[in-house]
Amino acid sequence: MATTRAQPDFRTRLQDWLPRIVLSPSIAMMFVFVYGFIVFTIYLSFTDSRMLPSYDWVGIENYVRLWGLRAWWTAVINLGIFASLYIVICTAIGLSLAIFLDQKIRGEGLLRPIYLYPMALSFIVTGTAWKWIMDPGIGIENTMHLWGWESFEFRWIKDRDMAIYTVVIAAVWQTSGFVMAMFLAGLRGIDNEMLKAAQIDGASNWNLYRRIVIPLLRPAFLSAFVILAHLAIKSYDLIVALTGGGPGRATELPATFMYSYTFTRNSMGIGAASAVIMLMSIAAIMTPYLYAELREKK
Amino acid sequence: MSVATQDTAVRTGRVTRTFIYVFLLLFALFYLMPLFVMLANSLKPLSEITEGNMMALPKVWTLEPWAKAWSSAQIGVEPTGLRPYFLNSILMVVPAVAISTVLGALNGYVLTKWRFRGDSILFGLLLFSCFIPFQIVLIPMAMVLGKLGLAGSIPGLVLVHVVYGIGFTTLYFRNYYAAFPTELVRAAMIDGAGFFQIFWRIMLPVSGPIAVVSVIWQFTNIWNDFLFGASFGGQSQPMTVALNNLVQSSTGVKEYNVHFAGAILAALPTLLVYIVAGRYFVRGLMAGSVKG
Amino acid sequence: MRKLGATGAVVALMASTTLVKAADVEVLHWWTSGGEAAALNVLKEKLQGQGIGWIDMPVAGGGGEAAMTTLRARVTAGDPPTAVQMLGFDIQDWAAEGVLGNLNEVAAAEGWDEVVPEALQAFSKYDGNWIAAPVNVHSTNWVWANKSILDELGLAEPTTWEEFVAAMQAAKDAGKVALAHGGQAWQDATMFDGVVISAGGPEFYKQAFIDMDYDALSSETMVEAFRRMETLRSFVDDNFSGRDWNLASAMVINDDAAFQIMGDWAKGEFLNAGKVPGEDFLCFRVPGTAGSVTFNSDQFAMFGVGDEEAAEAQAQMASAIMSPEFQIAFNKVKGSVPARTDVDGSELDACGQKGMEELAAAAENGTFMGSMAHGHANRAAVKNAIYDVVTAHFNGEYDAETAAEELANAVEGAM
Repeated sequence: MATTRAQPDFRTRLQDWLPRIVLSPSIAMMFVFVYGFIVFTIYLSFTDSRMLPSYDWVGIENYVRLWGLRAWWTAVINLGIFASLYIVICTAIGLSLAIFLDQKIRGEGLLRPIYLYPMALSFIVTGTAWKWIMDPGIGIENTMHLWGWESFEFRWIKDRDMAIYTVVIAAVWQTSGFVMAMFLAGLRGIDNEMLKAAQIDGASNWNLYRRIVIPLLRPAFLSAFVILAHLAIKSYDLIVALTGGGPGRATELPATFMYSYTFTRNSMGIGAASAVIMLMSIAAIMTPYLYAELREKK
Repeated sequence: MSVATQDTAVRTGRVTRTFIYVFLLLFALFYLMPLFVMLANSLKPLSEITEGNMMALPKVWTLEPWAKAWSSAQIGVEPTGLRPYFLNSILMVVPAVAISTVLGALNGYVLTKWRFRGDSILFGLLLFSCFIPFQIVLIPMAMVLGKLGLAGSIPGLVLVHVVYGIGFTTLYFRNYYAAFPTELVRAAMIDGAGFFQIFWRIMLPVSGPIAVVSVIWQFTNIWNDFLFGASFGGQSQPMTVALNNLVQSSTGVKEYNVHFAGAILAALPTLLVYIVAGRYFVRGLMAGSVKG
Repeated sequence: MRKLGATGAVVALMASTTLVKAADVEVLHWWTSGGEAAALNVLKEKLQGQGIGWIDMPVAGGGGEAAMTTLRARVTAGDPPTAVQMLGFDIQDWAAEGVLGNLNEVAAAEGWDEVVPEALQAFSKYDGNWIAAPVNVHSTNWVWANKSILDELGLAEPTTWEEFVAAMQAAKDAGKVALAHGGQAWQDATMFDGVVISAGGPEFYKQAFIDMDYDALSSETMVEAFRRMETLRSFVDDNFSGRDWNLASAMVINDDAAFQIMGDWAKGEFLNAGKVPGEDFLCFRVPGTAGSVTFNSDQFAMFGVGDEEAAEAQAQMASAIMSPEFQIAFNKVKGSVPARTDVDGSELDACGQKGMEELAAAAENGTFMGSMAHGHANRAAVKNAIYDVVTAHFNGEYDAETAAEELANAVEGAM
């Protein structure tokens, strides 16, 4: 995109540099507030910081202690269960809703905001509503019993092995509408003529979507994956409001673990170590995506 | 970048169609359920809630919890309700959204139309910054804000939100502008138009849809942020901190009806943004981030 | 000598109040719910009457956890609030960081040493210096009982653990929920406070939680305490997990449940529902713990401030907090009892008066002990390590023997 460089007078030189100058504040902020802080956190993870940062080096002790903690293992395993289910279910629901909503549905204008609105609510209070809905004593189970369906049972939130799935339900509720919007946008961008041609050729609806439409939605899948992955890893409010990490500590996630060790248990070193592990996992997941994404653009 | 309005509808039989409607309506119910619980409980007296039937409609309808949450509930030592905190949130959200959107637009413009060696790497680094968990930046951020003299002030909060929003806004604008024909930009350059002229005359006029996406995204995230607001808000605590103060109490009486009313009140601006701008939202996503 | 010094301080204090226009105080706290906040407003108005402005910084959540996070950000940014509501060991931890101010002058002038129980002073003083002013004393080993259920079943107030178990069995047989409980870590731990004393007595409690003695923590007595937790577990309903404590209180209030073990803040829920102590509900110590009081105390710690005016405002605020009128006015609303033992408690309700008397007696006998569940027996890291084990056991992950062993190891690991 080089401009003509016949006479590099001040004006053209400025023009040359202007784009970089415009970009520089963002880049500078990024290096200080993101990468600088990451380096700082990595450093803290090797110190004996407790309540406030300290600079006494203790080597890898924090990491050793971290991996010796049962709660950390629970948190990591939970994140595995939670993130995979959450991403898969959100994508499936989002895609189905988008495809169905795209069939010239009457009332689309009404349905769309209904699907989207959960994204607008903060979980501070919505969590309480969900907690009540899923509570067997006062929520759905109780309501079903009152309606006469005596054998209905839904008590996952009280069950150590199942509670993490209730977190998935609430999380899916919050973001699947947003994913729907992303897929809907993707669908609306597809050239209709191609579909018509395929339909004339006698392809069944199922094949039409499986062979043509869904492959065309690849960019939407990727964007949805990035958004969902980052939300899954950052999930914090959700846990705090819905289960408080319980029953016991059965629904602890790395984000809640990190917060509790850094801020409520006064073990900032261990908190920092868990943050570093989290960042490393994010990098491991994101780098291939970024690499593919950026190479394609060349 | 034509704004396609056609859908990918296929021919369907009556049975399939009924199934589709049932499916869509069932999900609408699923999405509305928590809102129903919140609304129903915000309209009944507290005694009805503690009696135990939390899923039922009110027996006695009352608007009092709403009035209380708005103007007379105890947030701190004074019974101010949520009202005064709205202004704080707005003073924080508007500049933060505006600045991060403008920076995102400029960054996206540079990264697609004025490319230079290493720009992809910079973009990659910027994108990765979206993923940093906020809990870990709290302490170093406090140090920096303290050094800058911005701790406990609205400008400080604006800075924080701009910093952690740029990654997303840049992503949106970059992907959107990537689809914009570079030939037009090149032609303008040959005509002697400068960097800002091209941005102003050519890029901005077509940026409407993606600006909506960026604004909605940033508005929702910043409006709903609690962690930064509580840590760096100082005297000008935003709405979420007030809402949190309203609903969180370890050893006091919990007025659930007021809590729910407050939660809906606090979410009204974002709800409004979603409902009003919802249609443009899909259009913006369509033209931008998703197509890549 | 001491008296002279005190008089001198009073003179200095009076001189400074008249000469210097005191600065504002910025107060970080988490008392945001109706009654608590209103009670705190009394303090605000009192200070305003003395020309001291009150800048409010409320941050609620997690029993002060959110406020402590905010505090850390504020201190790191070099901009601490003047006064901060704090609990137990947090005060000591902040003092150890060297960021707290000093209230010796006003404490000496008003003779706090004589009127504040020593177990409380352990938190309000660091290295012999007063750093915080205690507002109240909550105690955690209370049982709240529904009187009509007890009357119906012909049960008297249980005084021993066995009677308590029998009473719960009777309530359960009558189709009631015997024990209303919310399965959250801190609530489990709150019950554990009382249960440990009931199983091993106050001395054992001290060895285990305050001295953190490995042998006590892994002893047969501790196993017995965990067995008692299992007994309690068998009397809660199926839906206990995750329930907020006040919904558990509501079960007792609504005649659905017979008992709840909870700190005295639960009283507020009963009073708010129009119930009268002694007539509609009963308050008594966890059976087997009579004579012992496990407490937690809200205090206002003063942060080090540069200029004299601000320090002066802090001193006045501390003095106002410690004044008998405020102590009574505040605690009447809060459900707790005053932090000083020399005030007239006749304005408090029956439970409050009982609490005050028992506190004074326990302070006398050395059985006034910091609550483990509320961070007044050991530091945050240890407290949370204990939480983990107690909650895991209560949710059936360990049997009693394993739990005691895990407890000892967890405490040792967190120290």
